[in-house]
Amino acid sequence: MDFVVSALDYLLGIPIFGWGTQVGFIYKGLLLLVALLLFTAYILLADRKIWAAVQQRRGPNVVGPLGLLQSFADLLKFVLKEPVIPASSDKVLFILAPLVTSILALSAYAVIPFDKGWALADINIGILYIFAISSLGVYGIIMGGWASNSKYAFLGALRSAAQMVSYEVSIGLVIITVLLVVGSLNLTDIVVAQQSGGIAHILGVPWLSVLNWYWLPLFPMFVIFYVSALAETNRPPFDLPEGESELVAGYMVEYSSTPYLLFMLGEYIAIILMCCMTTILFLGGWAAPIDLPPFTWIPGVVWFVLKLCLVFFMFAMAKAIVPRYRYDQLMRIGWKVFLPISLVMVVVVAAVLQLTGWGWHGGSV
Amino acid sequence: MTLPLFFFYVFSVITVASALMVIAARNPVHSVLFLILAFVNSAGLFMLAGAEFLALILIVVYVGAVAVLFLFVTMMLDVDFASLRQGMLQYAPVGVVVGVILLLELLLVAGSFVLPVDSGAAAAVPMDAAIDNTRAIGQLLYTRYVFLFQGAAGVLLVAMIGAIVLTLRHKSNVKRQDVFRQTGRKRSEGTELVKVKSGQGL
Repeated sequence: MDFVVSALDYLLGIPIFGWGTQVGFIYKGLLLLVALLLFTAYILLADRKIWAAVQQRRGPNVVGPLGLLQSFADLLKFVLKEPVIPASSDKVLFILAPLVTSILALSAYAVIPFDKGWALADINIGILYIFAISSLGVYGIIMGGWASNSKYAFLGALRSAAQMVSYEVSIGLVIITVLLVVGSLNLTDIVVAQQSGGIAHILGVPWLSVLNWYWLPLFPMFVIFYVSALAETNRPPFDLPEGESELVAGYMVEYSSTPYLLFMLGEYIAIILMCCMTTILFLGGWAAPIDLPPFTWIPGVVWFVLKLCLVFFMFAMAKAIVPRYRYDQLMRIGWKVFLPISLVMVVVVAAVLQLTGWGWHGGSV
Repeated sequence: MTLPLFFFYVFSVITVASALMVIAARNPVHSVLFLILAFVNSAGLFMLAGAEFLALILIVVYVGAVAVLFLFVTMMLDVDFASLRQGMLQYAPVGVVVGVILLLELLLVAGSFVLPVDSGAAAAVPMDAAIDNTRAIGQLLYTRYVFLFQGAAGVLLVAMIGAIVLTLRHKSNVKRQDVFRQTGRKRSEGTELVKVKSGQGL
């Protein structure tokens, strides 16, 4: 019975006798989940509105004031429709695939620090965990594409798997350069390292912490990470797996109602995860851009969400502005441009750190 | 029973069951997916043993990369399962013999393996509780075992280059895009202003 008690204490904060020793994980997780899903609903709306604005349309504007309830109407519509499962499909995998996609996308948020100490699990190897979880994301797509038993879905899945595996390499190398500078795999440490040293300190203006963040010293990696994140999440201009013009909708062509909704949800949550990663790795996480009173009064989580929205705005603008890449061009950028550049940058950053003694060294000088 | 013990049993039961399903599943794609499940659960076991870095590297390398390629190949295979199962009885004795030999060898190794009494003192590098897992592995790999580590990396590189050399074919009559030539082109190279007299053509 010992483990039941400790499990209950851990999850609910209610040991069988007396009050819990901590706030239960279930409450925190639920709060995070609800906040994240609400945020996703409005990010989705923002994506459509920005896209519409670039094309001089109004975008969704009927449901609720300014179309603010559009995502919820979509949710109801998807959930209330009948899920159609193709007769010759592999039924278990067909249902499992969207579940895998959305659950894996959600589970990565366990380690994201939204503010100092606000990570659900502040583990030592947080960034490796995110990298591992996001490398699993491809399975939902492959399984969905294969289980549909349709050639369009299968081709979409193959493209997507090749694309995600290719761009993971350069994302991994970009992460390695940041880790070299920080000297720790903990996401909180990565943010703290960006506050406590950097170009602003060297220039003698330590309050101007926007210059401290790694987007400036590691600018080429910032650009590579942004583009690779677009490709990794199958966003336009790299949305070849979905390619409406040639593959109808790629791996999710056979999906309808709730399974389709779960695919879309997983995709958007993975996109927000990539925005979180950009914010943490390059834009200083929850830190205020100027370390002076009117800015530091605003809580860190607000800064985090603002930066997140800024990065997402760049994602949305790329979708609206850039035409879709051809498949061989996509592979060329991944393997012949980003991979060599990021490999060389790993060596260069390591050499600079070694020769100058810059960097955070995991907090120990 | 403590919580880690409970999870140990959960992970190990799922690992063993999915390992069995790898060979028992009728569809090869299902086999690969069960293999992935086994990988993920053994990563969980690593995590319980306190080797969190190894656990996540297992997921990144094996599940995230190797198994994806595996799944790729298996999905594209056009296997006739009925004919595959017909020959099964014919090959079963060979399989049993190989399996039994492997099992005996494993048992022999496990039986003869004795941990030295002072293994804690003789460990290559003393454990330091203040240093986290990742840092400890890095310190060990890049100091004591640096040549073995680099050697292994060299072997992998040679294997990769070998695979590329074996499969690379240069086709001469394929039109390829050369982006640098394309973007480096000037207006004078591409266009020409010609004065054409009316009624004559070029």
